[in-house]
Amino acid sequence: MTAAAEDASPLPLRRHRGRSSLLQSEAAQGFALISPTFLYALVLLVVPIVVILAHSFWTQNYLTIDRTFTLENYRVALTEPIYRDLLMRSLWISLLVSFFTVVLAYPIAFYISFHGGRHKGLWLFLITIPFWTSYLLRVMSWKVILGYNGVLNSGLMGLGITSEPSTALLYNTSAVVITLTHAWAAFAILPIFVSLEKIDRSLIEAATDLGDGPLRSFLRVTLPLSVPGVVSAILIVMIPTVGDFVTPKLVGGKDGVMIANAIEAQFGKASNWPLGAALSVTTMLVVTAMAAATVLIIRSAARLAR
Amino acid sequence: MPDLPLPERPLSDRTMIEISHVSRSYGAFKALDDASLTIREGEFFSLLGPSGCGKTTLLRMIAGFDNPTTGTIAIDGQPMEGIPANRRPTNMVFQSYAIFPHLNVEQNVAYGLKRLKLGATEERRRVEEALAQVSLTGLGKRGANELSGGQRQRVALARALVMRPKVLLLDEPLSALDKKLREQMQVELRRLQQAVGITFILVTHDQYEALAMSDRIAVMFGGRITQVASPKEIYQRPVNRQVADFLGGMNFVKAEIVEENGASIVVDTLGFGRVRTDKPPAFTRNGGSATLGIRPERLRVLWDDATSKFEVAGRVVERHYFGEITHLIVEIPGLEKPLSVTETNDFGADDIPVGSAVRLAYDPDALVALAD
Amino acid sequence: MTMMNRMLSRWLPAYAFLYIVFLYLPVVFLPIFSVNTTASPKFPLTGLTLKWYRDLPNTPALIDAAWNSLMVGVSAALLATLLGICAARAITRYRFPGRRAINGLIMAPLVLPEIILAVSMLLVMLQLGLSLSLITVVFGHVLICIPYSLSVLTSGFEGFDRSLEEASADLGESAFGTFRRVTLPMVAPAIISSLLVSFTISLDEFIIAFFLTGTEPTLPIYIWGQLRFASKLPGVLALGTVLLVGSFLLLTIAEVLRRRAARRTQNTGGAHA
Repeated sequence: MTAAAEDASPLPLRRHRGRSSLLQSEAAQGFALISPTFLYALVLLVVPIVVILAHSFWTQNYLTIDRTFTLENYRVALTEPIYRDLLMRSLWISLLVSFFTVVLAYPIAFYISFHGGRHKGLWLFLITIPFWTSYLLRVMSWKVILGYNGVLNSGLMGLGITSEPSTALLYNTSAVVITLTHAWAAFAILPIFVSLEKIDRSLIEAATDLGDGPLRSFLRVTLPLSVPGVVSAILIVMIPTVGDFVTPKLVGGKDGVMIANAIEAQFGKASNWPLGAALSVTTMLVVTAMAAATVLIIRSAARLAR
Repeated sequence: MPDLPLPERPLSDRTMIEISHVSRSYGAFKALDDASLTIREGEFFSLLGPSGCGKTTLLRMIAGFDNPTTGTIAIDGQPMEGIPANRRPTNMVFQSYAIFPHLNVEQNVAYGLKRLKLGATEERRRVEEALAQVSLTGLGKRGANELSGGQRQRVALARALVMRPKVLLLDEPLSALDKKLREQMQVELRRLQQAVGITFILVTHDQYEALAMSDRIAVMFGGRITQVASPKEIYQRPVNRQVADFLGGMNFVKAEIVEENGASIVVDTLGFGRVRTDKPPAFTRNGGSATLGIRPERLRVLWDDATSKFEVAGRVVERHYFGEITHLIVEIPGLEKPLSVTETNDFGADDIPVGSAVRLAYDPDALVALAD
Repeated sequence: MTMMNRMLSRWLPAYAFLYIVFLYLPVVFLPIFSVNTTASPKFPLTGLTLKWYRDLPNTPALIDAAWNSLMVGVSAALLATLLGICAARAITRYRFPGRRAINGLIMAPLVLPEIILAVSMLLVMLQLGLSLSLITVVFGHVLICIPYSLSVLTSGFEGFDRSLEEASADLGESAFGTFRRVTLPMVAPAIISSLLVSFTISLDEFIIAFFLTGTEPTLPIYIWGQLRFASKLPGVLALGTVLLVGSFLLLTIAEVLRRRAARRTQNTGGAHA
């Protein structure tokens, strides 16, 4: 394909120049082809989000919904201590999880990309396998590992490090963070790996040739060029993490409850859809803002490092 | 490919392809601008030009992958308008070869035959014949990914030839090969074309390739056909500086027009004196001056006291050794730019000291007037 | 400089090893405790037994849930792959205005909290008067499977040299014939890979199924129900092990096919001179 592109003037030109009838028919064909998928995403993603947005301004009236515009749900979501605390804790957990996931994942992605040799594919496969096992069971498994009678406690006692089982391992924030860091590992490794793979190795040789040692060439060339991967890893981990309710419910105990559990309750037992909707919208907006801020900080840090 | 010496096949007078006033625009960009060509049956015809000159666009329009914005193309008397690529009597060797990676050599070659429903025996026979034509006998079961670049090229060729097209289109078929293989394939392609007698249209940006293989060449620049002629004529009598330059080195000499009549002009030059030469078709007077060109190998060093009726004297300022030839840069009093001279090394041109005086002989027929 | 190198070459592999241990830690305990005689998962094991596995086929609720999951998974995989093929083909083959934006929208479920997707779809479906059932679960699963399906298919379609289709047309083949004889065989591995990945995602998906299903549970919902009872744990672990082996096999097949597809579409010549 690359060889063909060198002189095949008509193809690239057709894509960039003007708007001939052919170009328009090509655009029409492409659009027609993608429209079923596009419509699907429109109906099952955009419309639902609009609907939930609408609900967040309405009021639950026992079994019916009062469609008068109100900001009451948002007042509750933002000022009621229970929701405010849950939201803050969820954000904090999601920040910790994305931090640990990315920091732990980076060396692995680096190792596979730079030292993986012929086995890169095998390494990636190895890393994605655990991610494909039942999520519920992985969380359950962490409960087994961290529990009072669990593997870690019996192991520590068996080795004589502790004399009695510790209760500090399970049913708290750190148990949630460990479980989620594990759950999202593959999602962080893959984008970082891809961005490391894209780095032209001769750039690093050039940095070395110009006098940089391995550490400095890493900091000045490799790390800045892998920022896009780090950014997408953070986005892909941080935003969905905030909405998890299985992990907090199974391993979080009282301390580990997150906003998603409250949302679930509003759509379940409490049956207050508008409040649930307002909580959802608030969560989405706040986590998006936090993710955007994090990305901004990382980008400017990378710029300074140069 | 058969190694028998083949007599040059005489060209028929029948027209195979008639391209008349074909233009192709992509929005505001004119890829091809009013091109007209007649290609004869059995001819090896090359479209030569730099990247983006419109040669590939023209080839793809003949194949049916693109359509003229205006103008018509006829193949063997049949207008091609509205006829899709799969129903045209042409077959193509793609630049990337486009060997189907999921099929082996045999299956690739038989791809187009399957639709003709020839029956198993006949199909096998045609495939074997095509593979023999490109010297790939015995490699039929090879997978597409187990082939070298040269072999892929041969498979692409066999796959097209087996269809017995009226016209075979070749889109830069040799550009992916290394220099040695490329030169070998040039000879083989020409021999194959002479053997099968099919009209070949070759797109290339390599002037040597075009010169070595073609019966005729169309030189293209910026979407326009600049000159159509035999390789020898294109090389020796380029119509303008652009063509002259594209086909290899040429010395350009400023001249004053003394006389202009019909087909010829008489000019005065500082180094070469008064010269009468053919007027190029697109010649326009640039005030009273014109440009003459002469190829470096048409200037010969005069040894010792040999003389020539036509000679210029100068001084060697640079010498570059290229093995079988030596390249001399010779300053001629009165000429603003020194002349390039290519001399074979059998008489010791490689030993001429820089700074020494030389005399150069030339044939006045080798001096051609060029349009700008 | 050399010290740094030495440190890297010594510590990175060790780190990689530890990381893999961390990744596989929760996974290996499933099979281990699933053959333990007592229900409580702790060391040392009290004895080996296969009784939890023998009980699996004799649990009607489990069989029903497995059947439901199978139906949902197959339907979601087929639909998501079909929609993925359209989108991947459009994105790799055509240029059109809004291409990037549309691609972004289709990929968005990947970076949205599942619970928000789930509750918002729930609201719409209830507004539309759809009764919750396995069908609504399929709709939800298709939405979250499409991004994965699209990624797999795009990478399968991307290396596809357009001149292969032109060559086919040039050799006399019709548009449909070209699709059948060239395009389809070359992208088939990517399609199968997309089917398998989508099926695996649907099989494991809990949150969306939890909100969108009616009275019929899928496997994860069944497991969720069982997790409340400590005595049911070994059975769940046995089921999890079976699922683990099943997913592993499916994904290995998908990976092998994906690689074969990538090799095919690369089409770089001159492997053997």
